[in-house]
Amino acid sequence: MTIVPDARDAPAILAALQPAPSLEPSSEPSLEPSLESTSGLSLESSLESTSGPSTVPLPLPIPMPARLGPPKMPLATRFGTAFGAVYRGQLARSKVGRIPLLFVASFQSIGILVLLRGILDVDNTTAAGQVVAGSTVLVVAFVALNLLAQRFGALRAAGALDYYLTLPIPPAAVVLGTAASYATFAAPGTVITAVLGALLYNLPITGLWLLLPVVVLSGVCLAGLGAVVGLLAPRPELATIAGQLGMSIVLFLGVIPADRLPEIGRVARDVLPSSYAVDALAAAFQPGVDWSKVVLDLAVCAAVGIAALAVAAVTLRRVGTS
Amino acid sequence: MLSYAVRGLTRRHGVGGHSVLANDRIDLDVRQGEVFGVLGPNGAGKTTLVRQLMGLLRPDAGTITMFGRDVRAAPDLPARLAGYLGQDDLALAELPVATAVATTARMRGVPRAAVREVRDAILDELGLTAVADRPLARLSGGQRRLACVATALVGDRPVLVLDEPTTGLDPVARRAVWGALQRRRDAAGTTVVLITHNVLEAESVLDRVAVLESGRVIACDTPGQLKASVSGDVRLDLAWRHEPPADDPTVAMLAGLATTNGRRWTVRLDPATAREALGRLTTGAALAALDDFSLATPSLEDVYLTLGGASRDLERT
Repeated sequence: MTIVPDARDAPAILAALQPAPSLEPSSEPSLEPSLESTSGLSLESSLESTSGPSTVPLPLPIPMPARLGPPKMPLATRFGTAFGAVYRGQLARSKVGRIPLLFVASFQSIGILVLLRGILDVDNTTAAGQVVAGSTVLVVAFVALNLLAQRFGALRAAGALDYYLTLPIPPAAVVLGTAASYATFAAPGTVITAVLGALLYNLPITGLWLLLPVVVLSGVCLAGLGAVVGLLAPRPELATIAGQLGMSIVLFLGVIPADRLPEIGRVARDVLPSSYAVDALAAAFQPGVDWSKVVLDLAVCAAVGIAALAVAAVTLRRVGTS
Repeated sequence: MLSYAVRGLTRRHGVGGHSVLANDRIDLDVRQGEVFGVLGPNGAGKTTLVRQLMGLLRPDAGTITMFGRDVRAAPDLPARLAGYLGQDDLALAELPVATAVATTARMRGVPRAAVREVRDAILDELGLTAVADRPLARLSGGQRRLACVATALVGDRPVLVLDEPTTGLDPVARRAVWGALQRRRDAAGTTVVLITHNVLEAESVLDRVAVLESGRVIACDTPGQLKASVSGDVRLDLAWRHEPPADDPTVAMLAGLATTNGRRWTVRLDPATAREALGRLTTGAALAALDDFSLATPSLEDVYLTLGGASRDLERT
């Protein structure tokens, strides 16, 4: 111990203590601080004194406010407001660490484009269109399935979902707000992939505006699934593995042209919601676009997206409140 | 008006032979506008209790009402009425402090135009202005916890449920939190339910305290009443520089009564005997061996021990 109290001062201190009116514990609680202060050495009080009790006085029992009515019931926060707040918060999170992800997400897809360029017959615009569309949707899948599953898996494992569940917000806003912030970083990657793919495979880029609805709808769809996977995984490692597996499935079924898949592959492709996004985007690269088919594909994406989001919202509440 | 009325609250963790009864038929009334504390050692069931108050855990049995309304019938009640501080902050870890507070305020419905003002006010109140732009994860443990407290307080809820708000805080920050809670209680009639295992905190800020032990409430009253109820004794703490003279009659008498921890002795005595004994010690031969002493009325720790509490991990400072 560095501070050596002078116990020889004790008699003087004790003398000062003597006239203390009462040591009865039934007396006012305020007596205690004066008693404590007579101790020979109170590390506690010397520590406390550095806190400057004068700046924030130690709160003592104060008479309670008289007669309070029931409080005004605060309203639940609207979806848009909650979405905006989650999005802004998650975006701030990502400023430092997320930029490299942007490159990783698109390099992977660009790599596949370049690789298949050497194998594929460029004159087959149907196959070429699908490879480019598949690679583009893969960027979305990387973010929405892989990263979101990881994020929600980690939040669940740490017990950090409590933060969102104790705010008066719709759970879907949490899923979508988080997904949108990741998507902000993925969006440039989808444009780069689609444009570069079109150039590599000599495809027209006039229909590329379709990229916007495709990315948004497939993003909602896969983000919902990614969140569900992350939330349901009993351990965060499993969430990561499941997310990566999901991404690989999107990769294979999206990039390999449908007519070259075996029967079981075609069935799987029809079940996988991202295939509809790939088909819609692939149509944009074809000379004659069948708009009714594009709209139908996008409608499937939207429907699955809403369903996935609803399931994710229910799962968030279910998993967080056991 | 009761902010919370808890009746027969029971919750078991796990199943089968490994299950633990975390909360065992708990009854509690938390009045509107009081600072209510839940004191107890680790594993007493404090967090299980407040997570049920926030609707994060479903009770196995029993009811919770908030301002007269059943929480099970309206699961969104706690989130709307109460600000909550949990134990983990991963959701906010990478956010700058100002952003964490501002976005939480928005999620509690603070209008966009008012967010900046509300945010700056709370950062100033808790002394966080200087670190407003730094992510929580890059702050010291205490500042990080304080930033989380700021997110729980922002948005002015009528109820605050705080799981160990001052753990890891230095005394300045701790007093800032206590002051902030008290101000809200006095100005707006805010009800505060807070978990603590710090006796000093329990004695200096709580209007009433429930003492939890193994899932049961073993006492619930004002700190003063609890202390008065258990014993008329005072506590004499002695620390010896070296072995005290065993032949000194006062030392021999105290040695027979003391619980010892190395050269630290704690003796519970009636006030007159304690004063006499201390008088003889500090004027006699034993003084040379005496390093430190203190004489105090019973603390809530004494209450806890007297009521049959077995754990020794309550904090005193």
